[in-house]
Amino acid sequence: MSSGDPREPLPGRHEPFLGNAYEALNQGEDTRWAYGTGFADPLAGVDTRVPEGVDGADLAAYCLMLGDDALIMSHRLQEWCAHAPELEEEVALANIALDLLGQARLLLSRAGAADGSGSDEDALAFLREAGGFRNVHLVEAENGDFGQEMARLLVFATWRLALLDRLAGSRDPVLAAVAVKGVKEVAYHRDYAAGWVVRLGDGTSYSRRRIAEGLAAVWPSVPELFVPHEVESRLAAAGVGVDPATLREEFDAVIAHVLTTATLTPPAGPGGSAVPRGRDGTHTAALTRLLDEMQSVARAHPETTW
Amino acid sequence: MADLQEHFDHTIEQDRRVEPRDWMPDGYRATMVRQIAQHAHSEIIGMQPEGEWITRAPSLRRKAILLAKVQDEAGHGLYLYSAAETLGADRAELTAMLIEGRQKYSSIFNYPTLTYADVGVIGWLVDGAAICNQVPLCRSSYGPYARAMIRICKEESFHQRQGYELLLTMMKGTDAQRAMVQDAVDRWWWPSLMMFGPPDDASPNTARSMAWKIKRHTNDELRQRFVDMTVPQAEALGVTLPDPGLRWNAERGHHDFGPIDWSELKRVISGDGPCNARRIAVRRAAHEDGAWVREAATAHARKTEVRT
Repeated sequence: MSSGDPREPLPGRHEPFLGNAYEALNQGEDTRWAYGTGFADPLAGVDTRVPEGVDGADLAAYCLMLGDDALIMSHRLQEWCAHAPELEEEVALANIALDLLGQARLLLSRAGAADGSGSDEDALAFLREAGGFRNVHLVEAENGDFGQEMARLLVFATWRLALLDRLAGSRDPVLAAVAVKGVKEVAYHRDYAAGWVVRLGDGTSYSRRRIAEGLAAVWPSVPELFVPHEVESRLAAAGVGVDPATLREEFDAVIAHVLTTATLTPPAGPGGSAVPRGRDGTHTAALTRLLDEMQSVARAHPETTW
Repeated sequence: MADLQEHFDHTIEQDRRVEPRDWMPDGYRATMVRQIAQHAHSEIIGMQPEGEWITRAPSLRRKAILLAKVQDEAGHGLYLYSAAETLGADRAELTAMLIEGRQKYSSIFNYPTLTYADVGVIGWLVDGAAICNQVPLCRSSYGPYARAMIRICKEESFHQRQGYELLLTMMKGTDAQRAMVQDAVDRWWWPSLMMFGPPDDASPNTARSMAWKIKRHTNDELRQRFVDMTVPQAEALGVTLPDPGLRWNAERGHHDFGPIDWSELKRVISGDGPCNARRIAVRRAAHEDGAWVREAATAHARKTEVRT
């Protein structure tokens, strides 16, 4: 996965020029760096064999579902870079995007190992067509304003936290480990988004209108989150996955609490329209455009190492 | 007044730190605000050239590295603005000065990033030059700035190593990757040398800044250090620095290098670089599009205060 340790000292003779202050700075181990930027494997010591009685293809598909949700949501948050309303939000949105990217990498790697294909995280991220992605439509929709992004993030994080919380008890030790790590991260994501939904709802009359519009824009994507795909149902029955239908109650309670605090009312549910099936690989043009961008450099230079 | 000035002079002379509540000459305060604000602006504008590549990074590991780096730059901007606020400046006002073109940022960020190799070369050369400039500032006479610089330099050195590691990996890759690296080096080398500012004989404020110990070395000294530090790294990487005049001078114990096109630096600083307008437009749009969000946060905080 990683090629070379970025902490290796540079060749060349730079230290003598830089004096003691520089040397002092470079002493000691620094643990603040994000996962995946060149440090220890969070799955070290975890049994990576597919648990008994579990179909490898099902497990791989399930890992792609949860991994693609995180990867695509992370991409949409990455698009905020240099466009956020305040510097604190730049830092926070990048932080959340990094957490989700880290989750995606673990899950994609797990998918490639579980189905025996040996595909690595990069092959899965950069060489699949849109039809091979299994993310929900919520995360692929193009970005709106900051209010809409906070509405989406609140919905996404509330749903994902409920899911990861239950997944922490999975029979698959890898999924359980990913979930335990993810719960801490996504709890912060949910808090962050809820804080903004409250500030915008209970801020100015203008911000109240805009967050209400943001919620309304996101709301049609909510029902899909709770409709189980057959893979999810099978893995839930096997004690490996989570049936998303069981998350609805917690989701509704959390959202109701946040919206009440924000002096907002939930938008009317989408009436009778067909539920989209991102889990089946059915997507909108927004995902195709996203992938065109995300995969552009990797595909222009096939068979290379970066 | 004379006592205060004497105390300040003594503090500087003894190499002690000036702290926010200490008396300081107006000129010192104004110069520090300008220096720190320009540095903060540079961090924030500097998010853009590399930030444009986050969504296109060619591997997930590179994506994580780049995202974490650009996030660090936002963090650096944050604590530098805080350092400026200890001198009585206001972040919103400084941001307004930036987007109205009344304060500068490093001209290096007015060049475009054309390929993914630029991400590596920015880490290696631009962050490398920044480290040369900034490490001595860890001993700046102004305490809050000096302390901010310690953390910033530590992170910058990490970014530089990551940039260099990307280039090493690409140089071991395909011909196309090697050509991308060389092309990026060709484009960024001279602008990196210009990051140290005008030559000493054309840098009118250097003497006063050095007397105040808010600058520890002259522009030409730092530029020479950077060249000497970079030449062996370029050799190890297998790239050619685009300067036919670059050679070791045993007598001086330094590398000689060719003349810098100062008219280009002037042109880019005065606003006529390839990306000046775009960089400011992006920053301005983020600021203006976010106004309603910041106003909502302020209104909500006020309401919450009244309620409790």
